[in-house]
Amino acid sequence: MDNVATAEHTDFEENTIAHTSDMGHSTATVSRDVRKTVGDIEAENPRMICRGVNVHYGDKHAIKDVSVDLGKNEVLAMIGPSGCGKSTFLRCLNRMNDTIDDCHVTGSISIDEQDIYDKSMDVVPLRAQVGMVFQKPNPFPKSIYDNIAYGPRIHGLVEDKEELDHLVEGSLRKAGLWAEVSDRLAQPGTGLSGGQQQRLCIARTIAVSPEVILMDEPCSALDPIATAKVEELIDELRENYTIAIVTHSMQQAARVSQRTAYFHLGDLIEVGSTEQIFNMPRHQLTEDYITGRFG
Amino acid sequence: MQATFLLIVLLALSAVGYYLGHHRSLAVSGGRISHLHSLPTYYGFYTVLWCGIPALVLFALWMALQGTLITHLVISGLPADIQALPSTELHLFLNNIQNMVSGNIVSGDITETMNNAAAHYKSLHSISGLLLTVLMLVLAIGGILWARKNIVPERRARNIVEKTVTVMLVLCSTVAIFTTLGIILSVLFESIRFFQQVPITDFIFGVNWSPQTAMREDQVGSSGAFGAIPLFVGTMLISMIAMTVAVPIGLMAAIYLSEYASSTVRAIAKPLLEILAGIPTVVYGFFAALTVAPFIRDLGDSVGLQVASESALAAGLVMGIMIIPFVSSLSDDVINAVPQSLRDGAYGLGATRSETIRQVIIPAALPGIVGGVLLAVSRAIGETMIVVMAAGLASNLTMNPLEAVTTVTVQIVTLLTGDQEFDSAKTLAAFALGLMLFTVTLVLNIIALSFVRKYREQYE
Ligand SMILES: Nc1ncnc2c1ncn2[C@@H]1O[C@H](COP(=O)(O)OP(=O)(O)O)[C@@H](O)[C@H]1O
Ligand SMILES: [Mg+2]
Repeated sequence: MDNVATAEHTDFEENTIAHTSDMGHSTATVSRDVRKTVGDIEAENPRMICRGVNVHYGDKHAIKDVSVDLGKNEVLAMIGPSGCGKSTFLRCLNRMNDTIDDCHVTGSISIDEQDIYDKSMDVVPLRAQVGMVFQKPNPFPKSIYDNIAYGPRIHGLVEDKEELDHLVEGSLRKAGLWAEVSDRLAQPGTGLSGGQQQRLCIARTIAVSPEVILMDEPCSALDPIATAKVEELIDELRENYTIAIVTHSMQQAARVSQRTAYFHLGDLIEVGSTEQIFNMPRHQLTEDYITGRFG
Repeated sequence: MQATFLLIVLLALSAVGYYLGHHRSLAVSGGRISHLHSLPTYYGFYTVLWCGIPALVLFALWMALQGTLITHLVISGLPADIQALPSTELHLFLNNIQNMVSGNIVSGDITETMNNAAAHYKSLHSISGLLLTVLMLVLAIGGILWARKNIVPERRARNIVEKTVTVMLVLCSTVAIFTTLGIILSVLFESIRFFQQVPITDFIFGVNWSPQTAMREDQVGSSGAFGAIPLFVGTMLISMIAMTVAVPIGLMAAIYLSEYASSTVRAIAKPLLEILAGIPTVVYGFFAALTVAPFIRDLGDSVGLQVASESALAAGLVMGIMIIPFVSSLSDDVINAVPQSLRDGAYGLGATRSETIRQVIIPAALPGIVGGVLLAVSRAIGETMIVVMAAGLASNLTMNPLEAVTTVTVQIVTLLTGDQEFDSAKTLAAFALGLMLFTVTLVLNIIALSFVRKYREQYE
């Protein structure tokens, strides 16, 4: 494909130029302004609402005035070149950034009309409500059973052993891992393969019945087959949960998500339906990124 | 004096050799380094090796053999009647001559023969010195010339230098190993001599420790008792008290430093804590004996408890304080080595900080912590100075921390200080105690290291 932005238009920050793309499939207007997000930041049925979120690491301005919704039963994919702030933004959504000393978050992020950065908000239930799966599978050095049971135990979700057994089995089933591990629940979770470990971590997150699940490059440490399984799982989970997934694989974003957000150097450049973003990007930077010219 | 001078000269020659070798390699390559097998530096070192090693070997051999050789020559130059003396007297005579030469006090009168012998000794010594100087210079300069002649572009100087360096490194590590081996063997042999005099079962299972041996056959009350149990019980008691102090405090400090403290606090507090480890044990010792022990005694008095003025408690408490930095810095290391991803996992599920620490971090770090604690225990068992000063000498078989007890190390010290004959059961007992102590700490260290290793494997 030919590049529409040739050398004479490198000054993205300056202006918003309307011009026609010659990519054949689109006649949409291409924006070049990085300060204003292109596309519809609002979801039809929002579960989490972020408005004007800024994140600083000490002096470094890592997230700049980002506003976006996470819709119910919808997978939002966050893409962008590395270092653009995808993880940082994701970690704002369950206040994981609290664990970093010099990280400072402003703006509003709310779930059920409740601002999660409000003083009255307790992070313990918040993190049960908004669960997280990490880049590198990180099972605890405990048995498979105890890995799953950990969350329900600390949140006091179960009354007795029987109920806990039930919950563990249910979570493992939802994560599609039950058949593989049902006869070895007492063995250490660290002994599983990478893909199994990641599904174990997903099961562990599901076990505390979250409403939102955040995933930070959940497949980047997995082989293609394990990746396919996790993607399948994400698609199934969408029925019951709201999901935000950071990924560096555009194919993955295209396969699993309904909406896609493109980040660039801390700015949210464009949000829209995944189909539109990949077929008809409306911002020059998005187009450059998905056509592989940048990133 | 002369030896130092020779070594300095050799060093200077080596420097010259380096320069010559370096220069020569450039000359033979016509200034193009790419024609050489190795970089010019290696040709420099190659020359240094040829200059230094043969001369050094000669020097070492000379130093080792010169004494015996000169003595031999002096003896053979003595009048026949003196040569015929029994070896002990001959030895005394030679000693006197050496004293005369070095200007020390001589026992007995100075005779004509002694004067002659001393002069002989002196002249032999200076001849030997001169000869050594000449030979070393010849070897060093010859080495340089030989190496210089050998420098051609194809000479694999790098390989030769690297190999020599490897050999030297191996030699150095062998020295350490052989020293350890030597210590073990000497302790072992002396212990065997002890066990020939005192049955090993009496030593290991005996409950009385009173290491007296008879000076004269007919002495009263002189039969010694060498039961080591009171000493080991004392050692265990004090170590246990020390660990009761050190483990909780050290571990908590480590948890605070690695999980709670901000980086500024950490940067200040950690070195401060480690200063504790740098205080000489003697200082801890008199702190224990002069401050802590009287304090505990007074405290005991005020609540009506009988506390000995030297008590296991005082020594144990102070030793515990001394060991805190061991426990804390080792635990701090292993806690820090627990991957951040595990913490994230726990926090991501909504665990609080203390839940994360108790349920995820500590279990994950446990093998490493246990290893650190075991190392600290072996340190406590081997500690001497504090217990010598604060725990007393009475070999009570007791578990009461308020009484005076004695430890293995204290007894070794008391057995060997002062003028002692080295073949009585009393002094040999020290070696047997040392052997036991060594075995115990060795086993502890092996267990500790295997724990630590297992822990490392888990996160690699
Ligand atoms: N803990 C931190 N302290 C300081 N700067 C950070 C920290 N984490 C991330 N950053 C910076 O914030 C920016 C965004 O990082 P991140 O969110 O990890 O990017 P992404 O996940 O998109 O690759 C990067 O420039 C990174 O250097
Ligand atoms: Mg990231």
